[in-house]
Amino acid sequence: MKEISEIHLPDDVRYAEDHEWARLEGGKVRIGLDDYAQDQLGDIVFVELPQVGDTFKQGEEFATVESVKAVCECYLPVSGKIIAVNTALEESPELVNTSPYGDGWFVEVNPGDLSEMENLMTHVACMEKLKGAA
Amino acid sequence: MKESLGATGLLLNEPLLWEKGKKGRCGFSLPRRDVEPCPLDEALTRQGLDFPDLSEVDVVRHYTRLAQWNFGVDTGMYPLGSCTMKYSPKTNEKQASLPGFTGAHPLLPSGLSQGALKMMFEFEQYLDEITGMHATTLQPAAGAHGELTGMLIIYAFHKKQGAQRSKIIVPDTAHGTNPASVSLCGFRPVPVTSNEQGILSVEAVAEIMDQDTAGIMVTNPNTLGLFEENIQKIAQIVHAKGGLVYCDGANMNAVMGVVKMGDIGIDVMQLNLHKTFSTPHGGGGPGSGPVSVAKHLEPFLPVPRVVEENGAYILAEDYPDSIGKISAFHGAFGVIIKAYSYIRSMGPENLKKASQLAVLNANYIKERLKGTLHLPYDRPCMHECVFSDKHQAAQKIATLDMAKRLMDYGFHPPTVYFPLVVPGAIMVEPTETESKEDIDQFIEAFKAIANEAKEDPDLLHDAPKSCKVKRLDEVTAARKPCLAG
Amino acid sequence: MIYLPHTDEDIFSMLQVLGVDNLDDLFSTVPEDCRFTGDLNLPEALSEWELNDHMSTLSNTMAVSPEYKGFVGAGSYEHFIPASVSYLLGRSEFVTSYTPYQPEMSQGTLQAIYEYQTLAARLLGMEVATASHYDGATALAEALLMAVRITKQQKVAISSLIHPLYRRVVQTYFAPTGYEVVELPYLNAGVTDATGLDGMDDLAAVAIQSPNFFGCIENLQVLGQKAHDKKSLFVVSFTEALAYGLLKSPGTHGADIVGGEGQSLGIPSSFGGPALGILASGKKHMRSLPGRLVGKTKDLDGKTGFVLTLATREQHIRREKATSNICTNNSLSALAAAMYMASVGGAGIRKLAQLNHDKAEYLKTELKNAGFGIPFHSPTFNEFVVEFPSGFETTHKRLIEKNIIAGLCLAPYYPELANHYLLCVTETRSKNDMDALVREVKS
Repeated sequence: MKEISEIHLPDDVRYAEDHEWARLEGGKVRIGLDDYAQDQLGDIVFVELPQVGDTFKQGEEFATVESVKAVCECYLPVSGKIIAVNTALEESPELVNTSPYGDGWFVEVNPGDLSEMENLMTHVACMEKLKGAA
Repeated sequence: MKESLGATGLLLNEPLLWEKGKKGRCGFSLPRRDVEPCPLDEALTRQGLDFPDLSEVDVVRHYTRLAQWNFGVDTGMYPLGSCTMKYSPKTNEKQASLPGFTGAHPLLPSGLSQGALKMMFEFEQYLDEITGMHATTLQPAAGAHGELTGMLIIYAFHKKQGAQRSKIIVPDTAHGTNPASVSLCGFRPVPVTSNEQGILSVEAVAEIMDQDTAGIMVTNPNTLGLFEENIQKIAQIVHAKGGLVYCDGANMNAVMGVVKMGDIGIDVMQLNLHKTFSTPHGGGGPGSGPVSVAKHLEPFLPVPRVVEENGAYILAEDYPDSIGKISAFHGAFGVIIKAYSYIRSMGPENLKKASQLAVLNANYIKERLKGTLHLPYDRPCMHECVFSDKHQAAQKIATLDMAKRLMDYGFHPPTVYFPLVVPGAIMVEPTETESKEDIDQFIEAFKAIANEAKEDPDLLHDAPKSCKVKRLDEVTAARKPCLAG
Repeated sequence: MIYLPHTDEDIFSMLQVLGVDNLDDLFSTVPEDCRFTGDLNLPEALSEWELNDHMSTLSNTMAVSPEYKGFVGAGSYEHFIPASVSYLLGRSEFVTSYTPYQPEMSQGTLQAIYEYQTLAARLLGMEVATASHYDGATALAEALLMAVRITKQQKVAISSLIHPLYRRVVQTYFAPTGYEVVELPYLNAGVTDATGLDGMDDLAAVAIQSPNFFGCIENLQVLGQKAHDKKSLFVVSFTEALAYGLLKSPGTHGADIVGGEGQSLGIPSSFGGPALGILASGKKHMRSLPGRLVGKTKDLDGKTGFVLTLATREQHIRREKATSNICTNNSLSALAAAMYMASVGGAGIRKLAQLNHDKAEYLKTELKNAGFGIPFHSPTFNEFVVEFPSGFETTHKRLIEKNIIAGLCLAPYYPELANHYLLCVTETRSKNDMDALVREVKS
């Protein structure tokens, strides 16, 4: 597993407490799992995603991620309606490990309340939190 | 130092069943046909069945070779914590294969099954005596099945009282089957944390126990190998608010003849015959999980019950509050015979001795390995002890690496990564059937491995080397499951 | 005691290492008021030789072959088990090993169970079979709970011709869940009446047993279609696995989940247990399957090997959200079934199943010719129902005194079927046995 200093936290996304990230792209929000989470989980073997059309509130469980020996629930960082899911993860769940912010994205959401993005951490705050907890 | 137990040997490769054989071969002596053929409508019958065609020699060589790739208790020490891998006496196998038992049909009139019913009746009484409970059912087919039965009994009890309670308290050290059994029964598991001594505290339970809690599900001794010293007070708190106390009796091997669960506040518990009572594990089963209850829960036991009437034994169904049936028939009878034979062979003094020696063996290992491996709870343990890989972290050696290397030394690894409250847990349960010299050899092996961790860690990273296969790609197995050929 | 190797010397030196005086002091952490200080009130230990005597005496009271000729099935079947299977099943490396959590030293068990999964799936025409459940009843209960999880519907419809004891187990499992179990009645032909489905909605599963409890072969094609028309899953159960050596498999009829009993495949009746719960489904539902699964993979050197996989469904990882609480299963029973299927082969199992069918047909015809009623005219496999004249219980008892067990009375399970008996004929009953039975019931 990586050292805290090796964790990659890009600045174009915001971070939730339990390590989901959210990126504003046009009017929609793209969501995934951050580098710390994928590193902690190890080799990802399966991702269970919701259906297009499902709606969730901020903080509601919307997906699960599985490694060989662990399961991790994922909570939606911003409320909204699911408008796209990354079907590539069905065949290639390892994308979450190799490209957590790119091809390993989970869902796209039509946000209910964009101001919720402000409640999420910046990459700086997230790194501080990781260092603090270490 | 003596020669290491682990060696190498000639293991033969053996393909899958359908990769061998030849069309036309058969390994089954077909019985003589003494009636006319009576063809069925073609619409009902299948085209063919893709089974391999093997002679008896093919089948015998196949499974003989496969057996040689396996390690069992008969091969060597198998110190899996929580599993009680004690030696399975061979006379038990002989008794279970008596034709009067193997050929018995479960639905015959009871007059034709007296031997079986008598054995079940007596066996229930033996388990009542050992647990200190009032009545027992032999119907559950495994420990988890017994847990479900217990949960169903608790549900039925509260329903009869007119109360629908929704929660069960489950300690953080609980075996995974505990919360799963709770959920299957429609309850919500509420966690309670163990204290710094590794046991449940009275305050922690008192804080969460309320009128909506149906009961608590404890394991005693718990999965850290420690006796739940506060159990009587905890039971009082739960009872005071109308709840029931379930005890997971998987660790009963520590306290036979020393503690009677029925005397310390337990209302319902399951036993694992394939653990405490020596029936063999069979590569994962079959087991048997009898459930024993206090008097007030007897009406809820599954039916039929074995009852004595005028010197004979019958199966009685008339229990209106029974939870119903948990197995189609009477439980794992073939397993029960073995446990019955075990209790008859051991007798009361040896059962107690077994518990004492199981505890002796575990404490001895704890004392002699605590310098080598980190011991999170340095207190007297019961029949198992828990270490962690903290000391080896500096060499980047994990519990998994030490476990794999133990195989090369000729031992089955202990339970690893459980209980969850100890990161990198190594749970060692030798049982009483391991001799001092075998245990000493196990201790020496672990010390040698800890040394290798410092001197030559790759020996551990690359382990095991002497088995049929090296470490396996579990990631691909989960990503691209291949579950049938 | 021969299973307790410690000598007094061993005990003494070990206690010394611990700095403890005697064995009792090892229990210092058990509070005084928790200790039992008496002696366990159990019978004194028997020597191995006394135990042999005692168990023989008990065993000799049991009514079994060859002294007794039984014509009872009803979920527990007498079949021949080859000596090779019993012999191989005694290998202690299979018998005394544990669940293969350490796969490198359990490849024997793992490959054997992978083979079992494959053969069981082929027998049932399904894509994936689990590594075993306790018995047919609990496999069916788990199949129904699985259907509820998948469809998120809360109601299941089960045929009243599913084994009565299986239905009781299902009711027990469902009691605390709040899910509804509806029973479908049966027709004069001795098969399920599914017309009631028309009025039902929001069904998770429709469950049918075939051959059913009356021994009749259900029309799975039509029933499966009806289930799917109702957007429900089609669950098929069975008690006599051998039937599928001859009959079209549940998979070919569109079964989504199959949960039944494998005892006929090389496992003795043993008074009803241990048995073999067989559970199978399509690949699309494999992540909802309860129970262990063995998968094929490769090791570090690229050699083929086997591991337990998809463990995140199970209790030790998923805990309260697991697909089931099952831990110990019936692995050795599955191994017996695999050995049996490997021995009998595809052609052999068909011949054996055909022989079962033909013998049962012979007895059915003889009884019919002797004037007894055969109430259900649907095709049967190796079990069928006979309507005997009123007062047959006396005859049944008289036959038992002649060591013949003439079927199972149905009245306790189906009160409307007084004097109806379920008879079973397997390859273990000869023509002479059957002729003797007919002779006796006629007189």
